[in-house]
Amino acid sequence: MATVSIQHGTVEGAWTQPARGTIAMVSLIIAESAIFTIFVVAYLYYIGHDVLGPTPRQVLEVPWFYSICLISSSGSIVLAEHAIEHGRMAAFRLWWAVTILLGITFLFGTGVEWHKLIVHDHLTISTNLFGTTYYSLVGLHASHVVVGLIMMLFVMAFSLAGAVRQEHAYRVKTLALYWHFVDAVWLVVFTVVYVVGR
Amino acid sequence: MDGQSMPAAQGIEGALDRTPAHSARGTYLEVVHSWIVTVDHKKLGILYIAYALVFLLVAGVEAMLIRIQLIRPHNDFVSPFTFNRLFTMHGTTMVFLVGMPILFGFGNYLVPLMIGARDMAFPRLNAFSFWIAAFGGLLLYYSFIGGVGLAGTGSAPDVAWFAYAPLTEKAFSPGHTVDYWAVALLASGIGSIGTAINILATVFCMRCKGMTLLRIPLLPWLYATTSFLVLVAVSPLTACQAMLLIDRYLGGHFFDTQAGGSAILWAHFFWIFGHPEVYVLVLPAFAFANEIIPVFSRKAIFGYPAMVAASVGIGFISLGVWAHHMFTIGLTSFGNAFFTLSTMLVSIPTGIKTFNWLATLWGGKIRFETPMLFSVAFLFQWVIAGLTGIMLSVSAWNWQLHNSYFVVAHFHYVLVGAIVFMIFAALYYWYPKMTGRMLDERLGKWHFWLMVIGFHMTFDFMHFPGLLGMPRQIYTYEPDRGWNTLNFIVSIGGFIQAIAILIFVYNLVHSYFRGEEAGPDPWDAWTLEWATSSPPPSYNFATDPQVASRRPLWDLKHPEDPDSAFE
Repeated sequence: MATVSIQHGTVEGAWTQPARGTIAMVSLIIAESAIFTIFVVAYLYYIGHDVLGPTPRQVLEVPWFYSICLISSSGSIVLAEHAIEHGRMAAFRLWWAVTILLGITFLFGTGVEWHKLIVHDHLTISTNLFGTTYYSLVGLHASHVVVGLIMMLFVMAFSLAGAVRQEHAYRVKTLALYWHFVDAVWLVVFTVVYVVGR
Repeated sequence: MDGQSMPAAQGIEGALDRTPAHSARGTYLEVVHSWIVTVDHKKLGILYIAYALVFLLVAGVEAMLIRIQLIRPHNDFVSPFTFNRLFTMHGTTMVFLVGMPILFGFGNYLVPLMIGARDMAFPRLNAFSFWIAAFGGLLLYYSFIGGVGLAGTGSAPDVAWFAYAPLTEKAFSPGHTVDYWAVALLASGIGSIGTAINILATVFCMRCKGMTLLRIPLLPWLYATTSFLVLVAVSPLTACQAMLLIDRYLGGHFFDTQAGGSAILWAHFFWIFGHPEVYVLVLPAFAFANEIIPVFSRKAIFGYPAMVAASVGIGFISLGVWAHHMFTIGLTSFGNAFFTLSTMLVSIPTGIKTFNWLATLWGGKIRFETPMLFSVAFLFQWVIAGLTGIMLSVSAWNWQLHNSYFVVAHFHYVLVGAIVFMIFAALYYWYPKMTGRMLDERLGKWHFWLMVIGFHMTFDFMHFPGLLGMPRQIYTYEPDRGWNTLNFIVSIGGFIQAIAILIFVYNLVHSYFRGEEAGPDPWDAWTLEWATSSPPPSYNFATDPQVASRRPLWDLKHPEDPDSAFE
């Protein structure tokens, strides 16, 4: 075999580079942040532009309970990450399940809110600018919650089947990064929709 | 040259396979199947490039039809409706189905090879990105047969490539043509974001041993910058396509002016994407110049750290200039001043790059082979494009010339004079690596000179009807405006460019079968892709390479005077 070597000199020390999953997830988060920024700007821009109601002040109630659920799920997933890193698989499954339940509770809250708005207040996406911007911004966030929940349910199923072990901590942490992002975005959406916009 | 003729360096440990890949050619169907299921970055890179070249010809034909229509006043070669579709499809195709895929194609092919990796960080994501982008392209062109346009008169989208609201709303664009446009761009945007994530992860996580951040060749550095721009610029486009679809399908009011929606918001959102997009396209062109100019000047690139800093600087500055597309919409005087100054700021890092290229040429032993010819023309044309860009950045001047042919001439100077010229240079430079055969040098010279003559006839003269007040996107004009001769020259120049490109296509096909054997390193270059056979085996490197400088092959060929001693 004709070969040629290209190495010249030796490289001292260990050769370490960032984990590709982390870089990719951070990149995805940057891209998603740009998408959310556009929807948030549209929401802020159209506050008070409506001629016809209902307006946010008339129909929106601050979802304190469900928001606290979602934000605290960031805490429980940190505990889950910590557990799998140290190989405590029972604790991992417990905190992972808690995170999923908190996420589902939040999603349920969104469902309750939308049901009230649509059935009781007759606000749909085509009613006025508030409806258009509200449902698309909150819906965009909710769809991210759904995606996160689906991925976490997969991990839960694999974990119950015994396929998730300590050496997968890095993958779990990559997924957790996404979930932290979903929670952080909710802080922005909450501020924009329920504090500034109301 | 075979592997053994290369001088061996001291302290050898790794070794690279120089045996050509023995691809047992199966049946025709097996070959097609292998290309469809492939996750190899090199095959996907070639697929991207081939796909883009096909659409280059399609959009080129559209440009020719536009120029035939405008060759004389009161021409009725195409109807006004067809004309609207032609310039919409020409612009959309060239940006999304030619520019982006061909640049991603080169990125796919070259980035892993240059950093000494065996593949991209996520090969399957890579394949997904390509196929979803290809699906977007086919969807856009399916609108020609599947769409129903305004009052039954249109089939393809006819709202211009920036698709200003509220023209795109259901009330003004009934039928499905705008939907095809929006969904096609949504699909190709997802592909672009996927590829950008992949390139970033590859550049930062897959480098071979010894390749520190300041030893990466400039091409991967610029691709990382471009990918970052794709993340923050193409995502807003994806978001506003989603808004447009919400308006059209769910009765939303984002851009519905009758319900209080804002057409200006669309313009802002579009150009927040649209201007960085220019840099997404031009940074890879810079990247090709960064690799080709030093090799043909026989000198290392001048000012490597400054080049990296300038590229990253262009990336950041380009995010704050979008409203210079909107001076005539009416900004505050603060807005006018801000966007004029921020736009002018771009000329500082681009100036640094230009002078570094000139300094690389200075005192070099320049070889004027076809890739270098295109690069030199690029340098010259890029400077002129930059100068008209500075003129247009001045808001007061911009008010006079907005949406005139002066603007069309300016951005074609960037897109054709800089980007397309560098794409040709890159194809002549890396074609031997991809196919194992050289492109014909004589045909290359014909291609180059016809292209230069045609380009300058078309786009130099296109500035003048703009200065004389000819607006863009008009399907015909009155004979007494003094635009007749100028338009005639512009059209003739366009046909000359078409002939040049046909010669190039012939060269691509002819040289694939009959071209001179290239060998692994036909240009005596210095980056790692030339250390593999041409074409490289599917695993790229039999053993992981290690590098000690920015020019590993120089170190290898000149063990008595390695770069690593000076870095």
